[in-house]
Amino acid sequence: MTLHPTSPQFKDNAHGALRDPNLQKALGFVRRGFTTRRAAAVARLPEMEELRDAARDLKNHVLANLDLYLERYEAKVIASGGHVHWARTSEEACAIVLEICKARGAKSVTKGKSMISEEIGLNDALEKAGLEAVETDLGEYIIQLRGEHPSHIIAPAGHVTREQVEADFRRVHTDLPSERVLTDPASLLAEARGILREKFLAADVGVTGANFLVAETGTSIIVTNEGNGDLTQILPKVHVVLASIEKIVPTLDDTATLLRVLARSATGQDMSVYTTLSTGPRRAGDVDGPEEYHVVLLDNGRSAMLGTEFEEMLRCIRCGACMNHCPVYDAVGGHAYGWVYPGPMGSVLTPSLIGVDQSGHLPNASTFCGRCESVCPVRIPLPKLMRHWREREFERHLSPATVRGGLSVWAFFARRPMLYRLATGVAMRVLGLAGKAKGHFTKLPLAGGWTDYRDMPAPQGQTFQSQWRARGRA
Amino acid sequence: MSTSTSTSRADILGNIRRSLHVTGTERPRVSVVAERLAQSPQGPIPARGQLDHEAQVELFKQEAERIFASVVDVASVQDVPAEVARFLREANLPATLRMGSDPRLAAMPWTDTALALTQGRSDGDDLNAISHAFAGIAETGTLALVSGADNPTTLNFLPDNHIVVIAAKDITGDLESVWARLRTFQGKGEMPRTVNLITGPSRSGDIEQTMLLGAHGPRRLHIVIVRD
Repeated sequence: MTLHPTSPQFKDNAHGALRDPNLQKALGFVRRGFTTRRAAAVARLPEMEELRDAARDLKNHVLANLDLYLERYEAKVIASGGHVHWARTSEEACAIVLEICKARGAKSVTKGKSMISEEIGLNDALEKAGLEAVETDLGEYIIQLRGEHPSHIIAPAGHVTREQVEADFRRVHTDLPSERVLTDPASLLAEARGILREKFLAADVGVTGANFLVAETGTSIIVTNEGNGDLTQILPKVHVVLASIEKIVPTLDDTATLLRVLARSATGQDMSVYTTLSTGPRRAGDVDGPEEYHVVLLDNGRSAMLGTEFEEMLRCIRCGACMNHCPVYDAVGGHAYGWVYPGPMGSVLTPSLIGVDQSGHLPNASTFCGRCESVCPVRIPLPKLMRHWREREFERHLSPATVRGGLSVWAFFARRPMLYRLATGVAMRVLGLAGKAKGHFTKLPLAGGWTDYRDMPAPQGQTFQSQWRARGRA
Repeated sequence: MSTSTSTSRADILGNIRRSLHVTGTERPRVSVVAERLAQSPQGPIPARGQLDHEAQVELFKQEAERIFASVVDVASVQDVPAEVARFLREANLPATLRMGSDPRLAAMPWTDTALALTQGRSDGDDLNAISHAFAGIAETGTLALVSGADNPTTLNFLPDNHIVVIAAKDITGDLESVWARLRTFQGKGEMPRTVNLITGPSRSGDIEQTMLLGAHGPRRLHIVIVRD
């Protein structure tokens, strides 16, 4: 049921992405928008580094006591009149949501933006069961019309240009006059707003994700800018919250710490427009709000990450800063990664959730420049964790034969320093002479992966080691 | 909870405990968790909002305007209806207004204006609505609204234009002060059904990162601060 991964074809995906002019244009907007706004927001808050430390420590505390906080959270949800459902896998989670829909005789389901919904493949499950599933976040709505999956965890349509959105709206919204003007983003937004308004008012069940689950009070929290998540959860008779188990936060005060780093890291806002705290269903005297409130707690491999070198990944609060600042994401976009979570966080999380045999390319698709770690609000050492995956991949003999062969040749020489110096000395002299005329190579045997895209500068005839020794003598 | 999800519950908690090498009954862990839940220690609170009250009200205005809300001060609750009428007139909006049953709003002299008032939740047909805020947060120009018949949540999202009245005395420095007020009203560990923290009008940047106001929620957010 889960989205079928194309991560094994990462290299082909990436080649395709680099040659896609629409994608390259759209990625330019992501790059310029998010990074400059984050920098401006951080510059306005002297306490940002202190808050990042506090956010890291807080999430570590939660993970060390996750069982106890989950029990407390569950008890508080039940006490406020809500229901808690536990799902080990995507299939279990989808089955729970379908059962809730069936019990109310639901026909249509509106959806706020939820990465857990993507992870479990809920839209497919709903449609197979004959239910209409409508994504209501503008970006999610656009990609649903296109039959695509999100390319970014907070900007799902970050790979689409306005011209493409116009073409999709004209193709799908055939009831509207064909002569209408849809050239600017405002007119596209207005059209989507009008169409989705009807869907909100007609829906039987509303499904949202959760940014945080508060153990102190049994509260789920969503953070959005559009207001679609709120319309999704207050208008239908049933509100279903999808959340993975690590979303737990002890108290409201702890939530404040995470909220202060979340929006700044994500969109460069001090606070997102709507931070909504929901506790149970409609109360006595209420004139609106859902009659039923359900929370589906998803594990899907996370409990097995605790206590391993990948535990730190469970601190992630899904802000997207790592992908906004990643040179690889910037070049190829999110779809190349081939599963739900792209960018550096995806390169660590995807192997944990679907297996490194399926996604071994992802932790290798990194320059280890470290920008992701430098902006992560909960200080996840993403490059270190990607390195751990490379090690595991190598240990399990999953690396390609050329890589393993190359490494064993290098290891042979590296263990024999005399031979290493001799071989590299000869190689540098040969390459230095061969490249002397042009100063660079446009083609080199065994290095086509490099020279197909850029020139290789010619060495100047000496190795680093010999230059170092020469300087030491001087 | 059905049988299948109770099996899943036991499995998930069991897996977590196996991974962490714990049983769930260790005294030190249990007491650390109980203590944190009971004491709710605060994290770092930015200096930005830690000002005297008058300066907090000023900062609240500045921050709210920065994120595209409009803000007006009035001297007393008696002045609110005239200010609302002025706002609607100057924005070329119809003189209609929907509100919940909040007694503070009901007590205002609406008959002095030509506004056509209706009461109750919104079903999506209302252009203009007014709510009374529970609190304001100076640090980020954020309003806190609490659900109930007094101020139905649908009024915060369905109308195109949302007007929010806030008493200056309810403006605080930070989120933590709002949690403290909620605990005073509800009791520690208890919450209203919905608390909406609203920071400016609805917006979206989903098309080419162009920031647009009025995505699904209100296009305009007008805040009226009552000074007395």
